[in-house]
Amino acid sequence: MAREGQRYQAFSRRALILAGVQGLAITALGGRLYYLTIVNGEQYRLRADKNRISTRLVVPERGEILDRNGIKLAVNTPDFTVYLIPEQAGDVTKTLTKLTHILKLDQRRLARVVRQIKRQRKFLPVSVAQGLDWKTFSRVNVEMPDLPGVLTDSGLSRYYPDGRDIAHIVGYLARPNDDEVALNRMYRLPGFKVGRQGLERRFEDDLRGQAGARRVEVNAVGREIRELPPRQDATRGQDLNLTLDIELQKLALEQLGEEAAGAVVIDVRNGELLALASAPTYDPNEFTRGISQENYNGLLNDPRKPLLNKSLTGQFPPGSTVKMLVALAALEQGVITSETEFYCNGKHRLGSHTFHCWQNRGHGRLDLLGGIANSCDVYFYEIAEKLDIDHIAEMARRFGLGSTFNMGVDGERSGLVPDRRWKRDFLEEQWHLGETLNVSIGQGAMLATPLQLAVMTARLATGSEIYPKLVRNISSIEAGSFNKMQVNPLHMRTVRRGMEMVMEPKGTAHDFRRKKTAVKQAGKTGTAQVRRITTAERQTGVLENSEKPWAARDHALFVGYAPVDNPRVAVSILVQHGGGGASTAAPIGRALLDKALELMPADNNELQQPIKASGVTETEASQASIDEEGV
Amino acid sequence: MFGPRTVKKSVLQRLMSLNWVIIGVVVLLAATGTAMLYSVAGGEIDPWASRHAIRFGFALVVMLVIAVTDIRYWMALAYPAWILGLGLLLLVEVFGAVGMGGQRWLDVGFMRIQPSELMKIAVIMALARFYHARSYRQGRRLSALLMPLAMIIIPAMLVIKQPDLGTGLTIIAGGAAIMFLAGIPAWIFISVAVASVPSAFAVWPFLNTYQQNRVLTFFNPEADPLGAGYQITQSKIALGSGGMTGKGFLEGTQSHLNFLPEMKTDFIFTVLVEEFGLIGAVTVLLLYGTVLMYGLLIGIACRNQFGRLMASGLAMSLFFYVLINVGMVMGLMPVVGVPLPLISYGGSAMLTWAIAYGLILSVATHRHVTLAPKGSGLA
Repeated sequence: MAREGQRYQAFSRRALILAGVQGLAITALGGRLYYLTIVNGEQYRLRADKNRISTRLVVPERGEILDRNGIKLAVNTPDFTVYLIPEQAGDVTKTLTKLTHILKLDQRRLARVVRQIKRQRKFLPVSVAQGLDWKTFSRVNVEMPDLPGVLTDSGLSRYYPDGRDIAHIVGYLARPNDDEVALNRMYRLPGFKVGRQGLERRFEDDLRGQAGARRVEVNAVGREIRELPPRQDATRGQDLNLTLDIELQKLALEQLGEEAAGAVVIDVRNGELLALASAPTYDPNEFTRGISQENYNGLLNDPRKPLLNKSLTGQFPPGSTVKMLVALAALEQGVITSETEFYCNGKHRLGSHTFHCWQNRGHGRLDLLGGIANSCDVYFYEIAEKLDIDHIAEMARRFGLGSTFNMGVDGERSGLVPDRRWKRDFLEEQWHLGETLNVSIGQGAMLATPLQLAVMTARLATGSEIYPKLVRNISSIEAGSFNKMQVNPLHMRTVRRGMEMVMEPKGTAHDFRRKKTAVKQAGKTGTAQVRRITTAERQTGVLENSEKPWAARDHALFVGYAPVDNPRVAVSILVQHGGGGASTAAPIGRALLDKALELMPADNNELQQPIKASGVTETEASQASIDEEGV
Repeated sequence: MFGPRTVKKSVLQRLMSLNWVIIGVVVLLAATGTAMLYSVAGGEIDPWASRHAIRFGFALVVMLVIAVTDIRYWMALAYPAWILGLGLLLLVEVFGAVGMGGQRWLDVGFMRIQPSELMKIAVIMALARFYHARSYRQGRRLSALLMPLAMIIIPAMLVIKQPDLGTGLTIIAGGAAIMFLAGIPAWIFISVAVASVPSAFAVWPFLNTYQQNRVLTFFNPEADPLGAGYQITQSKIALGSGGMTGKGFLEGTQSHLNFLPEMKTDFIFTVLVEEFGLIGAVTVLLLYGTVLMYGLLIGIACRNQFGRLMASGLAMSLFFYVLINVGMVMGLMPVVGVPLPLISYGGSAMLTWAIAYGLILSVATHRHVTLAPKGSGLA
C-alpha cells in the first residue's frame, strides 16, 4: 500500500503542522489576554470603574432669608415631582391616562409630556408634574403598583410666605440660563434653580451652599444601582438676615395700596432699612413656579409697573423735599442767615420769565423757617438767585443724592444731580440761572430715588453720614462707623426746626387730628410736577389733580423723621402721580413713622448706638436748640 | 498491514473504548458555559443556565450515539448530507428573500435548524470522502482541485450571502484545512494566501453595509465608541479589568451593569475573563486546546483516510469557531457574530459541536477499520 503510505505520511506531517498552528494560535490568544489583563489591566480597571461609578452631586439646602426678628421671608418647602420612564411603562398611553386622572393634568400639560416622551431616549425619565402637594403625591404613591414606569421624587422648592410684601427685594428663583450653566456644576442638574432677581441673585453664592458628592454605581443606561460610601455631605447655604421688619413692610404696602409708589423706612442710628416697599407688587412664588406668559405680559404692560422696584429704581423729581438742602447750601455759603426774610406775592420774575409759587396768592413776608414750613417756592427762588448751582449740587451729593448704595437689589439707580459740568458734558450747553431756580424747588433735571431721599432725611436728622443697610450678616460696612457730616451743626438745627414746623399748625403737613401727646415728628412734603404748566393754563385756571389723567398728575412726596428730639427712624414716601404731597404722601409717612417707633422702642442701650459715636453733633444740636429757645 | 475491514465490537465495547478523559473535558467546558450563563442571568438558573444544561445533556447523547455508530454509515452519508445541506441553504435563501428579512434558519416545529451550521460539517465529510477515494497523486492533480473547490465555494457563498460572513469563512477555512491535510501542494496555499489580499478588495463591494462597518470598526474600534466600536471597546475594558484572577464569580461589573453587549452569546468569553481573570481564560483555552488537539491528531492513529481527514477537518473547523470568537472579543478580529461552542447560549452551535465531535469520536472508535476507496463498504 505505497499510495496509502504516501497519503498517511503527508497527512501526519501536515496534521502536526496544523497542531503547531493551533498551539501558536492559542499562545497568541493567551499572549493577547496577558497584554490586556496584566500589562494594561490597571488602565482597563480604571475604565471599568469610570463606567460603573458615577459621582453625583448632593444638592445643598439653600439658605433662608429672614427679617430682623427672625421671621422667615424665603423658605424651602418640600416639593414633589412625578416622573415617567417610557421604557418601563409598557403601555405609555394607559399609564398617562391614569396619571392624568390622579394629577388632574390639563390638556396643554399632557401634550407637553407626550412631546417630551417622543423627543428623548426611552430610558430617560420625563417629568409629568412638578410642585405637587403632599396629598396628591401620596395618592400617586398609593396607586404606584398600577402605574408601571412611574417614579416619584421629593425635593425642595423656594417659597416666599409673604411673597407680595417682599417681591422687589428678594427676587425669585429660575432655571439657570445657558450662560449661567457653565458657572457651577450644580446648575446642570434637572430642576435646579438660581436666584434670578434681587437678593436671591446678589447673594446667590452665599445662599447656594456647597454641593456634596456621593458615588453611585450605575448600569449602562445610567440607572443607579447602589451608593458607594463615603458620602460627602452638602453644606447648607448661608441664611440672609435682613434689616427689614416684615410687619412694617406689610403696613407700608398696605398704605401704598394700589398706587404706583415707593416707601422707605430707615433706622437713622445705624442705617438699617426697616421697610423698602414698592407698589403695586406681585407674587414672586408665581415666578419661581414658572409664570404663565399671560400673567407675565399683564405685569409687563401694567402702566403702574409692578415689576419695577420704585424705592430704588424709580427716579423722580424730588420736588420740595430738596429745599432743606438748598437752605443748607445757602446757609453754608453765607448767602442768607436763618433770619433772612423775603416777600412772596406768588410770582418771581427772572428776565422775561415768570416763576410761580405753588401758592398763587403768595405767602407774604417769610423767614427761612417760614419758607420751609410753608414750602414757599418764591423764598427759594430768591435764595437760588444768590447761590450757584454747583453749591446746591455739592450739598445734594453730600446728603446722598446722585449716588447708589449697593443694596444688593437689582436696578438701583443714582438719580441725577444737575450742575454746570453735567450740562456741559451731556447737553453741551451753558447753564442758565433759570435752571438753578427750578432745581431749588426740586424740579428741572433733578432726579432722586425714594431710597436717596430716606438717606438724606436720616443724615439731616442725625448729622451723621448714614449709609443704608439691608443685609445684616453679610454687609461689609461696620455699624457705628459713620462719619459726622461736614456741615455746621447750627445750620442743621435750623433746617431741622423748619422740618418740625412743617408738621406743626400752619405747616404744610400738619395733622389737626393728631393728639398733642403723640410723638413729635418732623418732615417735609413735596409735590413734583410731571410737566410744565403753560401760561394759557394758568389763565384759565390750573386743573385740580383729580381732574387730570393719571399720567399727568403730580408726584406726591414726603420725607420725615421722628422723634424730633432724638430721631430714631426716618421715612420717605413717593406716590407716582399721587397728587399733593401733603394730602397723599404725608399721611402714609406719618403712619409709618408711628408704627416704626412702636416696633422699635428706644432701648436703654441707646448710648451704645452709633449716633453717639459722633456725639458732638448731638451736644451742639441741643446747644443750638437752647439758643433758639432763648430767641 | 491489512486491518479489519469490518467493525466487530459490540456497542457497549465501543462505548467503553471511547476516550472518557476527553469527553470529561467536553463536559467541563459545557459546565463552564452553564456557570457563566448563571452569572449572566444575575445569579439565576433560569432562563439560560438550565436550558443550556438540558441542551447539553441532549447534545451529549447525540454525540455518543454518533461516536458509536459505524463509521461506514457516516461515509455513506457524506455526499447526501452535502446535497441536503445545499438544498436547505437554497430553501432559506428563498424563504428569507420572500418573508422574513435575513432569516438564517428553518423552523421545523420542535427546533430551528441552521443549514449553514450543518453545511459546515457536511462540506468536511464530503471532502473527506472525495480524497479518501483518491490516491496521493490523484489528489494532487490540478484537475482534481475543481470538485473540492466547488464543494466548498458554492455553499460558502450561499452562507455569506445570507449574510453570515463568519460561518461562511469558517466553511472555507475548514475546507482548506482538509485540502491541506489531503496533500494538496503547499505552493497552491501560498499563492492563494498571497492572492487573497487583492481578492478581499474585490469582494468588498458585495458585502452588506453592516458587514463593511464591522470590518472597518475592527481596524479602528475607538473611532466609533458609541456605535459599532462600543461593543469591542466595552469588551476590552471588561477583559482587561479582570486582571490575573478576575473580579470573582457573579462580581463582573461590566457584565452585570449591562455595559457588555450580547453577553450570553458572542461575548460570553468576556464575562468569563472579567470574573475569572487571565487564569480562568487560559484554563478554558487549554481545555479547548486539549479536545481539539485530540481531534486533530487522532487521525494519525487512524487507518482510513476518510476518518483521518474528517476528524482533523472537523477539529480544525471547531478550532476556527473558538479562534474567531475569542479573537473577536479581544479585538483581534472583526465582530462577525460567531458563538463560542459549548459555552455560548444557543442550540445550533451546541448541536454542531455534538455532531462534529461525535464524528471525531467515531473516527477514534473506528480508527482500526479500513475502508474501501469507493463506496461505503456497506452491504
